[in-house]
Amino acid sequence: MTSNNSDASTNTDTSSASSVTSSLGPLDLEKGQGTKEQSIEEIVASLGDTVGKTRVDNPKMSATGVDVFYADKQAIFGVDLDIANNEVISMIGPSGCGKSTLLRCLNRMNDTIPICKVTGELTLDGEDIYGRDTDPVLLRARVGMVFQKPNPFPKSIYENVAYGPRLHGLSRNKSELDDIVITSLRKAGIFEEVKDRLDAPGTGLSGGQQQRLCIARTIACSPEVILMDEPCSALDPIATAKIEELINELSENYAIAIVTHSMQQAARVSQRTAYFHLGKLVEVGHTADIFTNPRHELTEKYITGRFG
Amino acid sequence: MFVAAYWIGRSKATGMRNLATKAQPLHSLPRYYGYQMLIWCAVPAITVFALWMGLESTVLTKLVKLSLPDEIRNLPGGEFNLIINDIKNIAVGNISQSQSDPIRTTAAADYSINLGFSKWARAVVVLVAGLLGAYFGYKRITYSARARIFVEKVIMIFLITCSCLAILTTVGIVLSVLFESLRFFDKVPFSDFAFGLHWSPQTSIRADQVGSSGSFGAVPIFAGTLLISAIAMLVAVPFGLMSAIYLAEYATPRVRAWVKPLLEILAGIPTVVYGFFAALTVAPMIRGFGESIGLSVASESALAAGLVMGIMIIPFVSSLSDDVITAVPQSMRDGSLGLGATKSETIRKVVIPAALPGVVGGILLAVSRAIGETMIVVMAAGLAANLTINPLEAVTTVTVQIVTLLTGDQAFDSPKTLAAFALGLMLFVTTLILNVIALRTVRKYREQYE
Ligand SMILES: Nc1ncnc2c1ncn2[C@@H]1O[C@H](COP(=O)(O)OP(=O)(O)OP(=O)(O)O)[C@@H](O)[C@H]1O
Ligand SMILES: [Mg+2]
Repeated sequence: MTSNNSDASTNTDTSSASSVTSSLGPLDLEKGQGTKEQSIEEIVASLGDTVGKTRVDNPKMSATGVDVFYADKQAIFGVDLDIANNEVISMIGPSGCGKSTLLRCLNRMNDTIPICKVTGELTLDGEDIYGRDTDPVLLRARVGMVFQKPNPFPKSIYENVAYGPRLHGLSRNKSELDDIVITSLRKAGIFEEVKDRLDAPGTGLSGGQQQRLCIARTIACSPEVILMDEPCSALDPIATAKIEELINELSENYAIAIVTHSMQQAARVSQRTAYFHLGKLVEVGHTADIFTNPRHELTEKYITGRFG
Repeated sequence: MFVAAYWIGRSKATGMRNLATKAQPLHSLPRYYGYQMLIWCAVPAITVFALWMGLESTVLTKLVKLSLPDEIRNLPGGEFNLIINDIKNIAVGNISQSQSDPIRTTAAADYSINLGFSKWARAVVVLVAGLLGAYFGYKRITYSARARIFVEKVIMIFLITCSCLAILTTVGIVLSVLFESLRFFDKVPFSDFAFGLHWSPQTSIRADQVGSSGSFGAVPIFAGTLLISAIAMLVAVPFGLMSAIYLAEYATPRVRAWVKPLLEILAGIPTVVYGFFAALTVAPMIRGFGESIGLSVASESALAAGLVMGIMIIPFVSSLSDDVITAVPQSMRDGSLGLGATKSETIRKVVIPAALPGVVGGILLAVSRAIGETMIVVMAAGLAANLTINPLEAVTTVTVQIVTLLTGDQAFDSPKTLAAFALGLMLFVTTLILNVIALRTVRKYREQYE
């Protein structure tokens, strides 16, 4: 699958590269500190189309011209982006650039914020997810989400994982439910740690364990896409490593979008990377290309840590 | 004087700080030395003042007594007190001097002189105590004096005293009720009281009257209390909880801003008003309705009182539940919604369980309110101590009985009035047990849900 993607993108990369290079020019690194800030704003204001290839051959989800407003304030500006099947795409960018907002659009979690308005087209398997016939409840069962802060329910570990399957009637009897719970915990790599205390409260686990429990809880609904919003932001390197390993395994069966502030993490887990700045999708491409050979100067500045 | 003490202490310390060296630093900020001196000044002054006030009247009375002639001094206690009162009244000018005999007038003149002297002496002594304290405090301002720690300690002791006061008052109340009840149980055996099924606290004033021995079985009135509280909770819990859920989860901020205060107004209506609403509006309605479907309903029924009481305590349940429901973190809801739960599933399976300890707390508060409620029941449920679980009959409650027992003209130590204390004790014990159970359950849930 991955090789398939890379073939497709290299083709279009070459075609779009020429149009981009003209706007890039030499980086403004020699400018003084005072004008540097100004120049970034100018660049952002004059941002045109996204650099790189936003489309893939086999999109699971795709966004076209998505704008998001919180009351009068626009948080996302015309984003086009595809999420391919069996792919991990990571979203990076400075704080407040709209990564979480975009992620939350993908399973309509923004519906819970009354002032939030989403326009543009978002599809899952070609169906408009903001369409009149789409039930956000069913959508969220297909597009699962893991949040930045682990948020296990104040119930037992077992109940936490069984919550989704129970809601959606995924099991016919107790033993099937047991199976689902155990497989999910196992896939999330936490089963060995909790198998003796499935009745203990999920809130009594450590932060990393809680986060893996939340992942297990999401997997248990057998979603088709998993959205992860900074899943490792509160975790130590060991727990992080476990979750990254887990993401790798999960990408065999799911489409995964992950928001992260750690560029190493993006490099380790994802096949494609999207760089956002102030609500705009600046550049998207193969993770390796983005990190070794960024084409837009904002991306370059961000990944080299040269923002003021 | 206190302010002066503060400033003197502070300025001395400021002066010292300016002279302070590395080797001999000033321990605390000058402000704290000011406070320290203030404390040294205020504590003795206030103590002396309080002592003086406490002893003043005793001492003055003694003095008057000494000045009175022997025949008055040897009068029995009651009459003597009357005379002393007369004298004091004359001294203050409440009784005109012309009406009274010369002995009293002279004694009164003495008394008022003494009173005036006492005022002056008090002022002087307090001032001296304050100055002495302040002087002592001033001497204590040295480089090594740990004024900050001293002040913190005094503040802590002060706070401890305050909290002890509240506890002591509670203990005092419990003890007084307990002793009165013990006196009651001397006259009426405890088993009769606790298990007797008949309540008619009529004791005669003369021994030869009919019905001279009352019976004090508390079961019917406790049953009445429970019945009415149960009806009230049946009304208040569902309505309160539902409105709390609506307010916390569904209502827009604007609706909420209007509805919540409106609901809370219910708690502010005086219970007497609820009482006549129950007696004059609800009770006849229930009766009319009952008769139309062929039930006999007493004109004062437990149902009427319970219903209205339930309405009264809705805000207790809803307001507290609303608070705890809004306190459930949004991330819980997001987690549930993100798994594809509907809003009501989220509320039922995640939000309410997480909020349960607080909700239970609110409900228990409402229960104790219902048990202690008097006015509505007096007016709407009647006084008849029926042992019944039929909500259409008249019943009575513990609080109502206490009121009727104590508002009679009986001697204070008759079993009838003492029974009120026994009832009070029982009520106290009941609510105490309820609270303990409540705390237990809340803690258990908390362990489970946090
Ligand atoms: N609930 C909200 N109400 C109003 N504005 C919001 C809300 N959530 C986000 N925003 C605004 O939308 C913009 C994008 O926010 P978002 O949370 O998507 O950023 P982010 O990229 O996820 O940042 P971070 O990396 O810090 O999580 C921000 O400017 C933020 O102020
Ligand atoms: Mg975010």
